[in-house]
Amino acid sequence: MNNEITGAEIVLKSLAEQGVEVVFGYPGGAVLPIYDTLFKQNSIKHVLVRQEGGAIHAAEGYARSTGKTGVVLVTSGPGATNVVTGLTDAMMDSVPIVCITGQVPQHLIGSDAFQECDTTGITRPCTKHNYLVKDVNKLSSVFHEAFTIAQNGRPGPVLIDIPKDVQFASGTYEEKNKIIIPSHRLFEPSPDFEKNKIEEGVELISKAKKPIFYIGGGCINSGPKASKLVREFINMVGSPVTMTLMGLGVVGSSDKNSLGMLGMHGMYEANMAMHECDVMINIGARFDDRVTGRLDAFSPNSKKIHIDIDESNINKTINVDVPIIGDVKQVVEKMISIWKEKNYKIDTDSLKLWWDKINEWKEVDCLNYNNEGKQIKPQYAVQRLYELTKNTKTFITTEVGQHQMWAAQFYKFEEPNRWLTSGGLGTMGYGFPAAIGAQVGHPDALVVDIAGDASILMNIQEMSTAVQYRLPVKIFILNNEYMGMVRQWQELLHGGRYSESYTDSLPDFVKLAESYKAVGLRAKTTDDLDNVINQMIETKNTVIADIWVTKEENCFPMIQSGSAHNEMMLSKDQKQDKKSAEKGKILV
Amino acid sequence: MNKSVYASPDQVSETKRHILTVLVDNEPGVLARVIGMFSGRGYNIDSLNVAEVSNDENISRVTIVTHGTSEVVSQIEKQLLRIVPVHSVTNLDQEGSSVEAEVALVYIYISETNKKKVYQLCDLYRARKIENENNTTIFEIAGASERVNRFIKEINEITKVEIVRSGPVAISSIKKNEEE
Repeated sequence: MNNEITGAEIVLKSLAEQGVEVVFGYPGGAVLPIYDTLFKQNSIKHVLVRQEGGAIHAAEGYARSTGKTGVVLVTSGPGATNVVTGLTDAMMDSVPIVCITGQVPQHLIGSDAFQECDTTGITRPCTKHNYLVKDVNKLSSVFHEAFTIAQNGRPGPVLIDIPKDVQFASGTYEEKNKIIIPSHRLFEPSPDFEKNKIEEGVELISKAKKPIFYIGGGCINSGPKASKLVREFINMVGSPVTMTLMGLGVVGSSDKNSLGMLGMHGMYEANMAMHECDVMINIGARFDDRVTGRLDAFSPNSKKIHIDIDESNINKTINVDVPIIGDVKQVVEKMISIWKEKNYKIDTDSLKLWWDKINEWKEVDCLNYNNEGKQIKPQYAVQRLYELTKNTKTFITTEVGQHQMWAAQFYKFEEPNRWLTSGGLGTMGYGFPAAIGAQVGHPDALVVDIAGDASILMNIQEMSTAVQYRLPVKIFILNNEYMGMVRQWQELLHGGRYSESYTDSLPDFVKLAESYKAVGLRAKTTDDLDNVINQMIETKNTVIADIWVTKEENCFPMIQSGSAHNEMMLSKDQKQDKKSAEKGKILV
Repeated sequence: MNKSVYASPDQVSETKRHILTVLVDNEPGVLARVIGMFSGRGYNIDSLNVAEVSNDENISRVTIVTHGTSEVVSQIEKQLLRIVPVHSVTNLDQEGSSVEAEVALVYIYISETNKKKVYQLCDLYRARKIENENNTTIFEIAGASERVNRFIKEINEITKVEIVRSGPVAISSIKKNEEE
C-alpha cells in the first residue's frame, strides 16, 4: 500500500493528532529513528533535558499546570530506568503522562543486548498501563488508547516501549476516531451513576451540625470547573473546608470557609475540626497516612462521605458510610442540583456554634513563629515571597522536605493548578524540572521553585536546560545546609543525633548559577530579602536565589507519626508522650 | 496482616479462603500484571490457574485462590479491576454457590506388598491410571481440593508418591438465562 509510513512517523503523527505541542526527552541509540523524524517536522517542540529523570518531572509539571497530558521520549535501558522514579511519582499523584521508550530491535530482546532492559517489566507496577509494541500496524491504535487511558478516570502514567525495528518498519496509520477502545479498558461511570448514594450523601450533609469538607487532588484533576463547583457547593452549605497538600488552590486561601491544609503539618484548626466533626465530606482525597494520623483515632464520631473516581480508594484505610464513585465535577454538580431542588439548609444555630468552636481553635495561631533578629526565618522568606508575587500570575513548585511544608503553610493559593508538588511519592528533585515544565506551558507566567539546599542538588543539571530554552524559572533555595526534615525527625525522635543530615561542601549557589550563565542572588539577612526577591522577579532569566535561613528551625505544627489529629505538637517544648513516640518511630 | 497504627481498626472479620475468577484480555504480560499486583501489595496467592477460554475473543480466565479478611479480599477485587486488560472479577464465595475442581497427577511407587492397597484406594477415590509408554503407575484424580487432599493423605500413608496439582478452577453454578 502506498499510504504506508514508518513507525517513527506514526509516532509523530499520533502525537500531533493527540494535540501534543511539546515533548520532553533525551535521545539515544534505540530512539534515533524517532529523533530523526522529529528533526524533519515543526509542529511538535522538543525540550532536551540533561537527565531523563528531569524529562519526566518536567512533563509532570507541564501536565499539572496546563491540564494537558505530558509526553516524554527517552531511549532504552538507562533512559527507561531513569524515568522510573517520575513514573511512580505520576502514578501516586495521578498525573497524565505518556512516556515513549525505545527498545532494542526485537531479534535482540532477551539477549542482554547493549542498553537492553525489561522496560515493561520494570515499569508495570508504576504505570497505569504499559505496552511493548511489536507490530508497526498497531502503533497508532496503541498511542490513541494510551492517551485515553492516561487521561481517563483517575489519570496516570502510560508507557509505550517501541523496539527500534518497529520504528523503521512501514505500516498504516489509523486515526483517533477510528479506534474503538473496549469499555472494560476504561473507567466509565454510567450516566445515572450512584444517584441514590448522592441523594443519601446530600441529605446527610443537610442534617449535619458540625460538617467539614475535606478536599483532595482529585478536584484539581477533574478540571477547573470542578473547583468552581466545589466552591459553590461549600458556600451553599456554609461549611468549613480543609484541603490536602494536593488539593491546595481548589478553594482559595482567602475564602472565608477555608481552614487551610490539614494533616501532619496542617493547620491546628483544620485537624481539630476533622477530629470533632459529625459529617465529613471527602471529595477527591484518599485518606493518606500523612492526613489521617493514627487511624483508630481518626475523626471518631463522624459519618463519612467519600467521593472518589477510583473505587479501590473506598474503604482502603478508612471505612466510610456513603461511598460515591465518580468524577468530582459530575458528582458535585448533581449534589448542587439536589441541594437546590430539595431546598436544603443547614441548621444555622448549630453551624454558628461550630464556627465559634473553630474560631477558638484559630486563636491558637498555630503557624506562629519567633521572627526576631536579622537572620531570615524560612517561614518569613516564604511569606515575603508570597507578598511580593501575589499580584502576578505565579506557579509554585517545590522539592520535598521542610521548605515544601513551609511553602504549603505560608504561600496562599487562590486558584487550582498553580501549586505543583510531589505529594504521594515525596520525590526530592521534583520541583526544579517541574518548574521547567510549567514554564514551558506558561511562558509568560512567573514560575518559582521553592527548594531546599539538599533537594535542589538532585536535579541541578537541569540548569542547563532552563538556560538553553531561555526559561526564566526562579529557584528560591531556603538554605540551611541541612536536610531539614531529616534533621527535624532526628531531633524529635532520635535524640538529636544528626546522622548524615548535614550537607558539607555545598556549592556556592551564586557562582553555580553564573557558571550556567544564569543569575545568582543571595540574601544573608532580612535586610536583603525583599530586595533579592524583587530582583529575582524582575530578572528575565533563570535565577537561583540563595536564601540563608536559620539552620535548625523546625516545621510546626506537627502530628507526629502514631499520633492523632487532636494530639498536634505546636512547638518543640511540647513533647509527644513516650509510648506513642516509640510506636511512631517505626513509621515513616 | 498489617499491625501498624496505620492499619485499619475495623479489620475484625475472620480470614477465609476465597476463589476469585478474573476474566482478562489474553495479551502479553497480563498474568504478570495480575500476580504483580498481589505481590506488590502484599496479598496472598494460594493457587493460580490460567487458560484461554474463548478463542474468538482472546479472553482468558484466571482462577486465583487467596485468603484474607473480607476487607482485604474486597480490596483485592478492586485493585484487580484497576488493571486495564481485566474485564471482570467474581468472588465465587460471595456468589454463594459454585462448583470447583482440580486435577492431580500422582506418581505412585508401587511394590508387590502395597499394590493391592494402592489399587483399592485408587478405586475408592475413582483415581484413574494413566497409560504411558514406560508403564509406570501414574494416577489422575480430579475433584474438589478437599477430596484430592484426602486421597493424597491416605496414599501417602501407604507408599511414597510424587504429586503435581493444577490448583482449583471454579465456576458459578447459579442458573442463568440460557440464550440461543
